[in-house]
Amino acid sequence: MQTQTQSTKGIWKVIGASSLGTLIEWYDFFIFGSLSVVISTKFFPADNPTAAFLSTLATFAAGFVVRPFGALFFGRLGDIIGRKYTFMVTLVLMGGATFLIGCIPSYETIGFWAPLLVLVLRLLQGLALGGEYGGAATYVAEHSPKGQRGYWTSWIQTTATFGLFVSLVVILITRALMTDAQFDVWGWRVPFLLSIFMVYVSYLIRKNMDESPEFKQAKSEGKTSTNPLKESFGNKYNLKFVLLALFGAAMGQGVVWYTGQFYSMSFMKTVMFLDSDQADMILGIALIFGTPFFIVFGRLSDKVGRKWVMLTGMLLAVLTYRPIYEAMYQLTNLEHKTELRDLYTSDKARVETEKGQDEVITVTKVYDDGTEVRDIQTTHLDSEGNPLLAEGKVLTSHKSIVHISGKNYIALIVLIFIQIIYITLVYGPIAAFLVEMFPVKIRYTSMSLPYHIGNGVFGGLLPAVSTYLATNAHVAGNVEFYLAGLWYPIIVSAVCFLIGAMYINKSMVSKNDL
Amino acid sequence: MEGLKKILGIVWIILALLAAYFCIVRFGVPKLGTGHQEDLVFGLIIVFILTPIISIGLGIFGYYAWKGEYDKDKI
Repeated sequence: MQTQTQSTKGIWKVIGASSLGTLIEWYDFFIFGSLSVVISTKFFPADNPTAAFLSTLATFAAGFVVRPFGALFFGRLGDIIGRKYTFMVTLVLMGGATFLIGCIPSYETIGFWAPLLVLVLRLLQGLALGGEYGGAATYVAEHSPKGQRGYWTSWIQTTATFGLFVSLVVILITRALMTDAQFDVWGWRVPFLLSIFMVYVSYLIRKNMDESPEFKQAKSEGKTSTNPLKESFGNKYNLKFVLLALFGAAMGQGVVWYTGQFYSMSFMKTVMFLDSDQADMILGIALIFGTPFFIVFGRLSDKVGRKWVMLTGMLLAVLTYRPIYEAMYQLTNLEHKTELRDLYTSDKARVETEKGQDEVITVTKVYDDGTEVRDIQTTHLDSEGNPLLAEGKVLTSHKSIVHISGKNYIALIVLIFIQIIYITLVYGPIAAFLVEMFPVKIRYTSMSLPYHIGNGVFGGLLPAVSTYLATNAHVAGNVEFYLAGLWYPIIVSAVCFLIGAMYINKSMVSKNDL
Repeated sequence: MEGLKKILGIVWIILALLAAYFCIVRFGVPKLGTGHQEDLVFGLIIVFILTPIISIGLGIFGYYAWKGEYDKDKI
């Protein structure tokens, strides 16, 4: 009994040290995306804001694309010199790169060096994350008691979601502590600079950890690999498992993960025109309620097997994404709502700007279910109050902001929560699944690559691809344009489900169950 | 079941070839020359990142499945 208690205490220490570092790495990785709008104004030419924003998104995406290379580079190191030292290096690399992004002078100060340096540091972030996750998952799994790997590694699985949550909270707190102008001038750098302290604390904790027992044993018996890359991908026997891990599990997991956490957010803001703060809050609430289910499904996978827990999540996503997003869209579809004419208001105001002034007309409409819509039309004027012209037309911009309440608010939380549950089904058990699929001597390398192609490339590029598909459908006049972006995750998940259901079997994992 | 896995192997190979055709000819290359930056980003993602992974990776996977590498006795 005492031994078991000590063993449990030991593994909590391992979980704590590993999870904290991995959480910080996800925080570092996502903070760039969360601040992409402000970054685009600081590090890219100001004369074309749209191009600057797209360049920022491309830089953000570059971090995802480079993750598999980090998996190869650091995976190889981890299989040769050890898990512990390798993920110490990735931690320091990530923290250093994030800190330095916060130190780069703006485009106005150093010109094109600014976007170039941001790109280089973003690539380093991607490389570091590519090396970190596989190390942490392997390290925890190799410390876990037999038959409990799903449960213990699921704690690592919560870090990605929690890292996103922490990045949003740090930004909100930073914003709350200063004026908008202060945040715009220097405050946006704070979340990046903070990273160095978090990484230092995590480094101190990880420094005192032991190497994983399975790797230590393999090393003492001379059973580690001298060339993990060749053994993983040059050997047909291992390569077929790498491909199966990618196309039968990781690929579907990646698109389900990014649909639930990122596309849903983008959908709320750009298709439903929901107030940005309200959309963040709804996602945050759904994340808080959904995150414990990583542990639930990780534990369940220890009892019923990993395969069908993950595949259930994918199948549900395939079958229900369209009805879920249809329901989300209808929550703010004004065609089915009745306006309360008595509550109609209109307001006109002049706002001073750098180039002159803006005339802002705000029309507020309230509907019978509590939905409030603000239509804001801005006409840009010169300093004397004359309208600015562009190609002979008055320069105006228009945006709608929708605010929902009552049962609609609850319904939207539930619809996002359902998607988070799908994420926990596919993502909760996958670390244990990938670890068990490969032998200890090439485990770090072999599991990291399919994970980062599946999660980083298939998943990470989902917001860009799906948003593009939806926008194109809108331009083409498709009445269901708002569902067009879902074809990408639905097709990828369906193929992944079929491959996983047909080809994955228990003997694949039991052969490595040391 | 083992026979079905092999037949599906051919399906994956065909899917890989179709993905290559659609990704390059229909979705990828035409977007590279429109002059719009959003099209360029989409085209680059499709042609240089997703297409090689899907076409080559799924093609090799299908080939292994067709040759019976995922049969129970070979695992």
